[in-house]
Amino acid sequence: MSNLHDIPVATRSGCDERPVLRERGQREVFCGLTGIVWLHRKLQDAFFLVVGSRTCAHLIQSAAGVMIFAEPRFGTAILTDRDLAGMADANDELDRLCVTLLERRPEIRTLFLVGSCPSEVIKLDLARAAERLNARLLPQVRVLSYSGSGIETTFTQGEDAALRTFVPLMPHTDARQLMVVGCLPDIVEDQFRRQFEQLGIADVVFLPGRRAADVPAIGPNTDLLPAQPFNGDTVRALVARGARLLRAPYPFGAEGTTAWLQAAARAWGVSPAAFDAVTGPARARAETALARQRPLLAGRSLFMLPDSQLEPSLARFLHRELGMRLIEVGTPFLDRQMVSEELALLPDDIVLSEGQHLDRQLDRVRAARPDLTVCGLGLANPLEAEGLATKWSIELVFSPIHGYDQAGDLAELFARPFARRARLAV
Amino acid sequence: MQLTLWTYEGPPHIGAMRIATSMRDLHYVLHAPQGDTYADLLFTMIERQDRRPPVTYTTFQARDLGGSTAELVKAAVAEAFERFRPAALLVGDSCTAELIQDQSGALAAGMQLPIPVVALELPAYSKKENWGAAETFYHLVRALLADQVPAPGSKRPPRDPARRPRANLLGPTVLGFRCRDDVTEIRRLLDALGIDVNVVAPLGASVDDLRRLPDADFNIDLYPEVSRTLTGWLNRSFGMPATRTIPMGVGATRDFIAEVAALAGVDPSPLLGGETPGAAGRSSSASRQPWYARSVDSTYLTGKRVFIFADATHAIAAARIAAEEMGFTVVGLGCYARDFARDVREAAARYGVEALISDDYLEVEKAIAAAAPELVLGTQMERHIAKRLGIACAVISSPIHVQDVPARYSPVYGFEGANVLFDSWVHPLVMGLEEHLLQMFRDDFEFNDAAPASHLPAVAAQTMAVAELGMSDADDGPAWTADGERELKKIPFFVRGKARRNTESYARSRGLSTITVETLYDAKAHFAR
Ligand code: SF4
Ligand code: SF4
Repeated sequence: MSNLHDIPVATRSGCDERPVLRERGQREVFCGLTGIVWLHRKLQDAFFLVVGSRTCAHLIQSAAGVMIFAEPRFGTAILTDRDLAGMADANDELDRLCVTLLERRPEIRTLFLVGSCPSEVIKLDLARAAERLNARLLPQVRVLSYSGSGIETTFTQGEDAALRTFVPLMPHTDARQLMVVGCLPDIVEDQFRRQFEQLGIADVVFLPGRRAADVPAIGPNTDLLPAQPFNGDTVRALVARGARLLRAPYPFGAEGTTAWLQAAARAWGVSPAAFDAVTGPARARAETALARQRPLLAGRSLFMLPDSQLEPSLARFLHRELGMRLIEVGTPFLDRQMVSEELALLPDDIVLSEGQHLDRQLDRVRAARPDLTVCGLGLANPLEAEGLATKWSIELVFSPIHGYDQAGDLAELFARPFARRARLAV
Repeated sequence: MQLTLWTYEGPPHIGAMRIATSMRDLHYVLHAPQGDTYADLLFTMIERQDRRPPVTYTTFQARDLGGSTAELVKAAVAEAFERFRPAALLVGDSCTAELIQDQSGALAAGMQLPIPVVALELPAYSKKENWGAAETFYHLVRALLADQVPAPGSKRPPRDPARRPRANLLGPTVLGFRCRDDVTEIRRLLDALGIDVNVVAPLGASVDDLRRLPDADFNIDLYPEVSRTLTGWLNRSFGMPATRTIPMGVGATRDFIAEVAALAGVDPSPLLGGETPGAAGRSSSASRQPWYARSVDSTYLTGKRVFIFADATHAIAAARIAAEEMGFTVVGLGCYARDFARDVREAAARYGVEALISDDYLEVEKAIAAAAPELVLGTQMERHIAKRLGIACAVISSPIHVQDVPARYSPVYGFEGANVLFDSWVHPLVMGLEEHLLQMFRDDFEFNDAAPASHLPAVAAQTMAVAELGMSDADDGPAWTADGERELKKIPFFVRGKARRNTESYARSRGLSTITVETLYDAKAHFAR
């Protein structure tokens, strides 16, 4: 059966009975390789080596905007005709290249081999390559592998695949701890760490940490608190190691952050009074910041094209805390287990769509003429040229948006297109 | 396998996208996985295009492999034709699709659409973007002109003297360097010579325009990276000659006018009559460049060391301008595409440097650091290298970034282009008079290292210092004594790197292991001879 001939079906399934419009066709979504752009900044001792084509190299550099002046901690081993024709043993080539690379960068402790569409199609076994290299390089450098290929992963799923590689390496622990899962900017991580501490939750680990070499332990007394909705496979692998999943909405906005912190507080037996005392001031700060943006956003209609899997969470925030009217909330992949709490908070009269058939979806955008369309950079200027205000979705992945103290910034990202339009008189 | 951190060129299908996006009624069905749609943002963001590139991606996934991917191609072709109604269709594979061998082009050709369908075969594992653009342009035109090719050996009838000569302007594309404005500039030149422009392609052309290409008398090969394959074929098949000169710089523009006039059989004097090479004064040229270069404030440009790395066309042209029209010294010349390596080597030999032919960003960075130029003329990549090394830089070729697509009129071809180049190369350098003042008042506390020229951004001072560090070869070089180092610090920062380099190479040549104040002045005297 062809993708494009699939008739969109509205299905009702799972615990939330909401219908989902499933579409298959042309997507306008990055592949999982893109996660490298923020992962390499977070993990300061890691290098990401994509094994792929010139296209893969071009994708990452276009997504990163060639804005990084220093020698980046990522690169591409570009497959050439010689590798494909078997003139050069691709495995030997890869080993040689990794060793040269590590000689140049002695500070690297973890090397990720990242699979791509071409490496998957020619069945280059990167897991075996990692084993082979580990035999040679450990303990100096650990080599891990995952796939960020576009035939298997969309955009943020790349982070999920990368984090998943840590799970088998984690030592066992019976100690009670809270594990926050998902890449967060350092500043946000520090804020959360302080808040947990004030709540009396001292044993908090973040996955990933700031160094790939510091792999946290895991066990039956670990509570998992996902900070990003797109790390479902990692979370399930951690659950398989005995950890317990705390369900909550994600920490976007004052409400989301409160509910998220509360899930941890409840599991750790923090009293409601203590919780209010700790979170009250920060929450009030967030609410004040949101109140400033609310007049620009309340009552405006919103259409979200699929991009990062953050869409249901952001839609919940924009609707409940800023009064925006949701038309369609698209997501490249709906991981119900990860967003059940968010779906429960969304209104019933919206279209929730999964996957994409770009042209049909754009037809719906044009018919609805939303006040704001959230979309990728490839679509933003063309839609603006049609008179539609847009917000680039990629900024939502690259900027600090979690937690109380970023709630106002997050709202401002959506308010800015309106503020800008109001200023321009040309 | 080749380790790459940054790439100068995308894969060849990006070149095909540039052709499709440049034109008005062409559509491209690209057999590719979802991530490859990133390419759209190059056009919508860097060029600020107000429409999506006319590209439909089949977006196949892992679960489609080994079964339905061929069906996906047919469905995508049918749907794209229905929705966009293009006048012609390009169909081809991205790198991944090439591996699964669906023969997307043949599949599409078999669908009996009522429009020309051009199957593209662009080997993604050996070729790159510019080649892909050239190949696509050539195959597209060839397919459209298939029924017009005259019998081999037939002679082209002479032009009816009653009609003005006609030329095609070939090669400008989106994501090319300043193509939009260059075309306007060249049109003006041709008009002044009494030559009509028959077709400009691919930028702004329709499929029907391409069918009219043979109506011109000759072709102007404006951007050979994209157009040379096609102009070669048009010459062989239709007997249409093509220009070889790239009209970048005053001298080259004059040569171009002479070449075009000869091809068209017209008198060049409407344009060349007022050009007096070698003469001083404002009236020596239609361009202000020659007079500006001769004006006394430009004296400080003399012998500035310039490193040039770009696509072959712009690099070679820039080297001539640098040497002949700015009075610079070319200390490095290279390009990132092997296809034109021979031309670049020839040019490099003229300036006594060895050509650098490489698409390895790190190798280019190393070569620039070693040459320690005062100005880098390059691409978006060299902008980063220069920034890191604290060297002035101007961008002269693709790959470009959003700031290289200015709102104002800014061609680099023709007489106006020469003006634009003068400004944009001089601007990053310390202005002449200001350099003088910095020298005179170097002991004044306001004219210290941390107070760079007023028109330079505040970060310049820091990066200059970094560059100076980068230039000295700490390991094997002779050691500076404390008083030598102190004396060196008194030299203005913008020439200090050069002084350090010269002194060290002097010391090395004399086998000295330490550098004192004396060595510094010995070296100064030595190099002053
Ligand atoms: S967002 Fe704009 S400035 Fe940044 S990389 Fe993209 S085009 Fe360049
Ligand atoms: S979609 Fe596949 S081929 Fe394209 S950039 Fe991503 S991994 Fe590479």
